[in-house]
Order: sequence, then C-alpha cells, then structure tokens
Amino acid sequence: MQQGSLLEMRGIYKSFPGVKALQNVDFTLREGEIHALMGENGAGKSTLIKVLTGVHVKDEGEIFIKGHDGAVQIRSPQEAQRVGISTVYQEITLCPNLSVAENIFIGRGSGAGVNWREMNKKAGQLLDSLGIAVKPTQQLASCSIAVQQMIAIARAVDMECSVLILDEPTSSLDESEVAKLFGLMRQLKGRGVGIIFVTHFLDQVYEVCDRITVLRDGQLVGEYEIENLPRVQLVSKMLGKELDDMADIKNDIPVFKEDGEAPVYEAEQLCSTEGIKPFNFNIRRGEVNGFTGLLGSGRSECVRAIYGADTVTSGTVKMEGKPVKITKPKNAMKNGIAYLPEDRKRDGIVGDLSVRENIILALQVKTGFFRPFSKAKATEFAEEYIKLLDIKTASVNTPIKSLSGGNQQKVILARWLLTHPKYLILDEPTRGIDVGTKVDIQKLVLKLASEGMSITFISSETDEMLRTCSRLLVMRDRKLVGELTGDQLTQNTIMATIAGGEKNV
Amino acid sequence: MSEKLDPKGKGSVLSGLLRNQIFIPFAALILLALFNLIADPTFFALALKQNSAGSYILSGNLISIIDNGSELAILAIGMTLVTASSKGQDISVGAAIAISGSVLLRVLCGDNTRPETIQAPIFVGFLAAAVVSMLFGAFNGVLVAYFRIQPMVATLILFTAGRSIAAWINNNELPIVPGEEFTYFGGYIPGIPLPTPFLIAILCFILTWLMLKFTNIGLYSQSVGINEKTSRLNGLNPELIKLTTYIILGLCIAVTGLIKVSRLSTINYSVIAKDIEMDAILAVALGGNSLSGGKFNMAASIVGAYVIQFLTTTLYKFDVQATALPAYKAVVVIALVVLSAPVVREKFSRLMKKLRSSNHAAAESA
Amino acid sequence: MKLKKMLSLIVTAALCTSVFAGCGNNGGGTASTTTAAPAGTQAASSGKLIKVGIINNDPNESGYRTANDKDLQATFCEANGFDAKFAYSLKNDEQITAAQKFIQDEVDYLLLSAADTAGWDSVLKDAQAQGVKVILFDRTIDADPSLYEASIVSDMAKEGETAVEWLKSQNLSKYEVIHLQGVMGSAAQKGRSGALDATAKELGWTIVTQQTAEWNAEKAQQIVQAAIDSNKSFNVIYAENDDMAKGAVAALDKANISHGVGKDVIVMGFDCNKWALEELLKQNWNYDGQCNPFQSSYIKDIIDKLEAGETIAQKTIIMNEKGFDASTITQEDVDNYGI
Repeated sequence: MQQGSLLEMRGIYKSFPGVKALQNVDFTLREGEIHALMGENGAGKSTLIKVLTGVHVKDEGEIFIKGHDGAVQIRSPQEAQRVGISTVYQEITLCPNLSVAENIFIGRGSGAGVNWREMNKKAGQLLDSLGIAVKPTQQLASCSIAVQQMIAIARAVDMECSVLILDEPTSSLDESEVAKLFGLMRQLKGRGVGIIFVTHFLDQVYEVCDRITVLRDGQLVGEYEIENLPRVQLVSKMLGKELDDMADIKNDIPVFKEDGEAPVYEAEQLCSTEGIKPFNFNIRRGEVNGFTGLLGSGRSECVRAIYGADTVTSGTVKMEGKPVKITKPKNAMKNGIAYLPEDRKRDGIVGDLSVRENIILALQVKTGFFRPFSKAKATEFAEEYIKLLDIKTASVNTPIKSLSGGNQQKVILARWLLTHPKYLILDEPTRGIDVGTKVDIQKLVLKLASEGMSITFISSETDEMLRTCSRLLVMRDRKLVGELTGDQLTQNTIMATIAGGEKNV
Repeated sequence: MSEKLDPKGKGSVLSGLLRNQIFIPFAALILLALFNLIADPTFFALALKQNSAGSYILSGNLISIIDNGSELAILAIGMTLVTASSKGQDISVGAAIAISGSVLLRVLCGDNTRPETIQAPIFVGFLAAAVVSMLFGAFNGVLVAYFRIQPMVATLILFTAGRSIAAWINNNELPIVPGEEFTYFGGYIPGIPLPTPFLIAILCFILTWLMLKFTNIGLYSQSVGINEKTSRLNGLNPELIKLTTYIILGLCIAVTGLIKVSRLSTINYSVIAKDIEMDAILAVALGGNSLSGGKFNMAASIVGAYVIQFLTTTLYKFDVQATALPAYKAVVVIALVVLSAPVVREKFSRLMKKLRSSNHAAAESA
Repeated sequence: MKLKKMLSLIVTAALCTSVFAGCGNNGGGTASTTTAAPAGTQAASSGKLIKVGIINNDPNESGYRTANDKDLQATFCEANGFDAKFAYSLKNDEQITAAQKFIQDEVDYLLLSAADTAGWDSVLKDAQAQGVKVILFDRTIDADPSLYEASIVSDMAKEGETAVEWLKSQNLSKYEVIHLQGVMGSAAQKGRSGALDATAKELGWTIVTQQTAEWNAEKAQQIVQAAIDSNKSFNVIYAENDDMAKGAVAALDKANISHGVGKDVIVMGFDCNKWALEELLKQNWNYDGQCNPFQSSYIKDIIDKLEAGETIAQKTIIMNEKGFDASTITQEDVDNYGI
C-alpha cells in the first residue's frame, strides 16, 4: 500500500449474467480526503460501492485497507463494517419510529440491558461534537431528511469507520441543508476520515471534493486532482465524447408555432388536499413551462392536483376549451394527460415486473381491462421505445428494478410517451441520473414540444429549467407567486422571485 | 471470463430452466415419482375396471392423485390471484366451502332433509352456491381492500364463523341429495373413464388461461401487489382489483364445494374441507410464488397443488403410521418450500454455474 | 387507526356472541327462560323453577353433539320445571369463564361437558362453596370426585369391545381389516382402536391398513382408494365413525367391490347417525356401534333424586350402548336410536 492511503482496490472484476459490470477497476482513497466517484448510469459506480460494502462479492481483484495486513475479504456488509467501511445511502435506512439516540446505537448493544440516560447522553455528545442540532430523544421521523442523513452519518462515525461512503446523499436536500451536510463532511475530513462521495451534481463535486475518479462502461477512465480537471472535461470524460452543445440546446430545435386555439389545459382555482393555495394555470399546444421554487414550496403538489393524483377539492378544468372533470388519474389519462412522478421508486416503477410490462402499463390501462395486448405486440412497443430512448437493458424481460436509475426513468418516460399524450407532466425527470441522460431528456422534451406536445417540466436545477422552459411559474410557501417569461428568464430574476420581497409580475 | 458469460452455452439452458419458477414444483413431482418408481413400480399401474354403476373407469394411484388433487388445484387458482394482489392469503377457504356446500344442499333438498327427488336443478343449486360464495368473497375483499385490514386477520372472521353459518343454513341438519346425477360431479359420468373432478379442474384451467389471456387481471393484480401507488397513478383502481381477486376466489370455492359435496352427496360442517386453506396456501408457495404478493406463476401453483396430493397419496400408499404422518409430511414440505424459495434457487443456479465453469476449465487443461 | 380498532371490537363481540349465544342457532331453546307465561302452570304447581347452567361443546362440532344438545334442550325446558341457560365452547378457558358466570348467577345445578380434562379444580371448588351441584356428562375430568355429584359417560373402550366381539362372532375364514382411525389421541379413537388392536394381536387378524382419517369422509375415501390401488386384499372396514365408513364405501363403490350383508366386505361404523342406520337397514353396511348422546334422562333422574333428598349410590354412570347388526335392525331402531 502507498503511504497515506486508506483504501486501495486493485484489478476489481465483477460480472452479472449478461453484463460485465466492472473490469479491472482500480480505486484509491487517501486519508482525510473527499473523493468523488463519477460516471454515467451503468458506469459501474454502484457496483463498485456494493463490492466495497460486501453487498456483492467481487469476481476477481484485491482490496487493501490501512491497518490490515494483506488483502481483506469482504463478503458481507457486516465484514465491511468490521474493517471500518460505513455507508449512508440515498434512502434513509434508519428506523423512523425510534428516537435519534436509539437510531445511533441500535444493533450495537453490548448485550444485556440498555441504560437510557447513558445512551442519550452519549448521543448528545456525539451530535454536539459534529454540530448536528437535534435532541437525542426526538423521534427520527420528526427530523428533516437532511438531519436524518446526518444522523446516519453520525452513527457511522461513532462506529469508528475510517471509510465513509455517501451515496447520492444530497438528492433530496435543499441548498441550506446541503451546505450543512458539507460542513459535516469537511469536519470528518479534518479528523482523517476518507469519504467517497457519489453524486450527479457537478457543482457539489467542485465545492467539496479533493479528487475525482471517473468510471465509464465498467472501466476506469482515470483519477484526477480536482484543480486539474475543468468541468467540461469531466463531463466529456464521463460521456466519452467531446461535449459541445450542452449550453444552448434550445436554439437547435424549431419552436412550435402557436395557432391561437384554446389552451390544451386550463385550470381555475384548482386546489387539492395537500395544502396548496388555489391556483390558476394553463398551457398551450407546443409549450414547455415549468413550476419552480424551493423544495416543499408546493410545485409537485400543483402538478399532482392537475393529474388528479391527490384528492382535488375545488376548481374548474377545461381541456381545449371544453370543461372536463379530473378527479383521479384515470380521468387525466383519458384526457390525454401523462404524469412522470417525482419519486421514481415509490410512484413510478413496478419493481418486479419486466421492462416490457412497465412500458405498456399505462397504455394497457387506457386501452381497457378486456383488451390486453398480445405478448408480441407488447414486445414490439417496448422494443420501439427501448431503441428510441436508448434504454440499456439486457432484454425486455428484465425486471425493471435491476436497471440503473436513469434507465428506470427512461422506462417510465417510455411508458407515458407510448400513450401519445397531449400534455406531459415531468416532475424531476432528471433527478439522480447522469449528465448524458439529462441532456438527452432535455432534448427530447424540446423535440416533443416542437411536434405539438404540451409539457410541464419541474426540476430542482434552475439552469435545466431555463434551458427548456419558455414560461416559469414560481411557487413560494405553497402559493403561486409569479410567472416569468421572455427576458425575465434568468437565474437572478428567478432567485429574486423565489426569495420574494419585490414585485416581478 | 468469457465462457462464464456465454449466453448460448448448453449450460445456460439448464440454469435458465433452474431459474424458471415452474421448475421447482415439477422437480418435486419428478422426485416423488422417482421415489415411487424405485420403491414400488406398481404405484403407476393403471387399470380399466367397472365401477358399481356399471361403467368402465380408469383406476390407480395416478388417477387418485388427479382426482383428489383437483379441488386443491382449483382453489390454488384463486389463492394465487388473491396472494398476488393483496399480499396475503385467505384463510377462510375451508369454512367458505362448508357454506357453499350447505347452500347447494339447501337448494337441492329444499326443506326436507331426505327428499325423494331433487327439488331444484343442480345448475340452479350451483348458481345459488356460487352467488353466495362470491358474496362472502366480496365481504373478505371489502375488508381487505377498502378497510385495509391484513388479509389473514380479515378472513379470520369467516374462518371462525363460517362453519357455524354453514350449519345454520341447513338448521344443523345433514341433508342427503338423492339421485345418481348429483354424484357425477365428484365421481364419474357414465361412459367417461376419467374422474369428473379432474375434468372440472381442466375446464377451470382452460377458463383461467382464457381469463389471463383475454383480460388484464394478471398484469393488474401483479402491478397492484408490487406497487399500489404506481398502479393508482397509472389509472388502476387497486381496491377494485383486490376485490375482484377475492370474488374470483369465491367462485373457485363454489366449484370446489360442488365437487366436495358431490363426492358423498352430503356434508359434514365441521370436517368438510378441513385445513384445505393451508394446503392451498402451500400450493402457492410450492409454486415458487412469493406469499408477500406481486409476481405469480399460475401454472406453478397448479402443479404445486398436485405435488401436495402426490405426497399425500404416496404416504397413504406406504402405510406411514398414523401418528407419524404429519411429521413426514412436514419434513417433505419444509424441504420443498426451502427449495422453492427464490434465495435458494439463486444460490443453486450460481453453484451450478461454478461447477460448470470448473468442469470447463478441467476439460480445457486436460 | 380508529376504524381498525372499531372493527376489531366488532369482531371480538361477534366471536363472544357466537360462543355464549350459540344456542340461538337451535330454534330458541333457551328463549323459553324469558317467555315463561304459557308453560307456567306446571312450573307454578311445583313451586319455583330449578335453575340449571349447561356448558357444552359447540353443537356444530358433529352430528353426535347436535343430537346431544337437542336432547338436553328438550329435557331441560320450562314445561319440565327447569330454567336452563346454555353456554357453548370448544375451548376450556371459555368454558371455565362460563362456569364462573353460572355460579355467580346462583344456578342450582351446573351440567358440564368439559372441552379439556384439566383445569377445573378451582372453579368446581367455588361451585361447592356456593352450594352449586355439579353433574358431568359425556366427558370426565381430572378432579377429585368429591367435587361433583355424578358423571354420566360413554365407555368408548366398551363400545370398541362390543364391536370387535360382534366381528369375532361373524366367524370369517380370514380377517383382513382396513382400520380407519379418528383424530389421534381423542378418547373415542383410543377406546375404539384399543379393542381392535388387542383382538387382532390375540387372534392373528391382519390389519391391512391402519391410518387416521381424522373423522373425515374424504380422507377415509382416499385411504381406502390407496389400498385398492395397491391391490391389497381386505374383507373388513373398521371405521371409527359413520362419516369415515361412508367415505370408505364411496371408494368401494368406485372399484365395484361389493359390501354389506353377505357381500365381499364387511362395513362397520360408529355413532348411529340416522342415515348410517338406514344404510344398515338397506344391508349396505353390516354394523354400527352406538355412542349414546342422550344423557339428559340420566341427568334428570339424578336431579330428581337429589331434589328428593336421596343420595347417589354410584358416582360414575356408564350409559347403555348398543351395537346394531344389519341383519336384525328394524325401522323402529332407526327411529329410536338414529341421531
């Protein structure tokens, strides 16, 4: 092992039936560094992490860890923990109905009996030392996601881990929460902990990381010091091609000519049970608009009300000038509305079913209970969209849950495109997926719009919305507070409107 | 490396087969058959004999298996759907069969427990029994789907009360259905050498196949069982789908009730179809289906049902001591269930792969 | 959450009613306690009604129990000077709770057919302290005999012996018996199996198949079918209840094996269900052993004696139980003894 190294992985191979997930991958983590692991979906990031944490057992290769002589064998998550490797996943894996302290110490008891006071005291000290402002006795579920994540980290730290893996920890956090998390990460770095940081947010990589390892198609592209690798180069290394048109894709595609007809969708004083204020909204043929605002500002709730996903309590809706009633998703589907939900895992995929079944699901429901597609027909549909959206899957029979996140998202997108909707709602379609796919989806949105489809696009990344939307609706505190078009579509105006205090409309 | 990944190798056909869900119940069937073949080949003897009604019928252990296993197989159809959509099982099946049978007897015998002739066409009786069972199925379904009670808890109500209800329908009397025709359903139709329960089961399989082919019940119930939220957002009505599966199970119960009652032309409320719910659930599990819902393989469940009957008949045939019978059955069942668990199958196919590649390497070096 | 709680309450309530008000099933036998007016004359003449609490197993359990319950309901009615309350359960703890309630209600007599033999000591002591007289019927319990007045039971072993005696008297050239047992470990199974086992050993009878069909007709049918399918030779079916005999006969019919008086296979059953005795009358079966469910007349006898101040000479009273032979049974027997 090299001097200063905490972890070295050498010549790692891992295969799954039909896929070579990792081929001869090396990875080195130094003491006291934050190391970004980057790559597109399917590049092998998750597999590498899973090999390291014992979820998967490697086919070939060696792993060295500081303080252990020779190569260590990691065959299970318990063994990984024993050699000092801890992981905090994107989804919180703690117990929501236990207290903070219980969550920190659960499963680590020294056998008989629990001294509650002692436990709470120790938890309190730990949280204080890490600057996490939360009471040890508080129930975990009542903490924000960010705090829960930090508690998970605190738990890992207290278990004396030297290698901490953070897998997409920031995807459900807002900016101030991210800042707090970064503070914690820097503090741990100061203590000599090595952190492997997996994320899709380039900004964040450049904010906290020291070095970057890039994977592509299961192979190592290279390991770089952060200052030697400008963003554009990082992206091009991840994609394996020079990137030229990320900046302004909007101009490439002809804008759909409006025809002065009634809007495709029009709602007045629409309101649902989810606590949003009644709002007015419309979208015309070929238009791309978007809801923006901070996390929890009610932008998702608005589109859920439009789609009938939540219980609609009031409001009138017209489609192409004619009044319609949309109280449940089926009504919306029948009227040509499609909705790609924010939480892919919870609301989007049907995990155990095949890619084929996931693709045809919506159209099948629309077609009717007594008119199932033949297997051949379904396969034809599925294959058409697998090709169109470049979905990476072993076959149409593969269960969707074994696909990478970005490909799962594409399957859901395929599902809705197959229904040929008039109006497509995309809630965070690019969250947690790689840069290449992001651009693909953005391009696709504009192309569909140019063909006459109306699209509402929601994203946490403002620049993404600026690139695609011609009109932005700004939400604050569950209320529609502004509408921006034309010259107003700049980062600054959006920020100002979100923050409030001055008139923009 | 490359050999391991070769998708067209001969071995991958085998491991593909291993990964196929229906393999396990079939393998169990073959194992049981092999055991019998070695222990006593006459197990498989078939004979064409005259029965007491004078018509020629096939007889032998195999016929007994397809005869007596048919009720279970029919129930397995409904149980599979219920399991898939509601992530739980209906444990009131046996009690519901008692109710359904009781209704059938009540309609056929009228007020008299020993009528000279049947008081209504058998078809009408069956229709009434089917309607009642489907109503009770709907009762369970409503509790599960709309009140969101765990299936096992919801169906516990009928499990407890069902046999009393069955007895109450006939005022605690045990009517006997007169006439030959009624015995056809649980016995033999003159001129047909195969047992009618098996023919009814085949009919049910065909209808199920048609149902799965010409409706979306399969896709919908799996989708609801795997992810209810997604299903709702894709325009499905999860409650209605769960309810439908319980009603389908109700129909399966009515058919089973007809066969059971017809076998003896009468009923015994306390013991008819006793513990059959456990066997039906076991059939689903033996088929390699997850009891926590989601994806299912209907054919595998049906084969699983016949495996259970094969086992029972084998144990009877070898005169296993009465006190030891449950223990033998338990051992075999545990082995089968463990083998059909997805985790074990995965491990097994991985092991096969390893063996193959090491064989391969050995062959190459030689 | 609230809804769930409510439902579980309803369920519990429903279960309780099914246990304690189960008598409602039987056409209002207990209701007579409240509608005293029409039958009141006789009761008035004999002074006050004798209060009786009857704890029995669920009447739906079997034909035997149904007949037993009907018999009790018919005897302990107001017209006969009784104020009877009934409680039904197959579970010992529920029965004990019911007994405690009856004692609180200050019944004069507690009639008990216990689900389980153990656990009755303390409640029977309470009864004694309160002056409640206890009479056991159908089933005995493990308690000091001083705690009850009398126990009226069937002797299952004797039933078995009577049946096996009858079988011996048939003087067959060979005895090849298929033995269908009840639920293993039950009193009826032990008694009826014991006699056959002993005699078979003593006289060298062949037991072709011995298997439990758990009182269940279908299982019996499958067991006999399996014996036929493996070409086993047999000439006697000894089934420990009528249902199993019926299942066995269904299998015989399927294989065209003749059965009954003067035929290839002798069919024996127990319990004397009416339909079974009818089979005997038609000579399709050969023998049916009685398990007498009509204890009420014995019980009434004892109560009458106790009321008159007499003492009971013998604590354990074993009921008369017959065995019916198909060649001698009459329509009258069917009407009198069929349950």
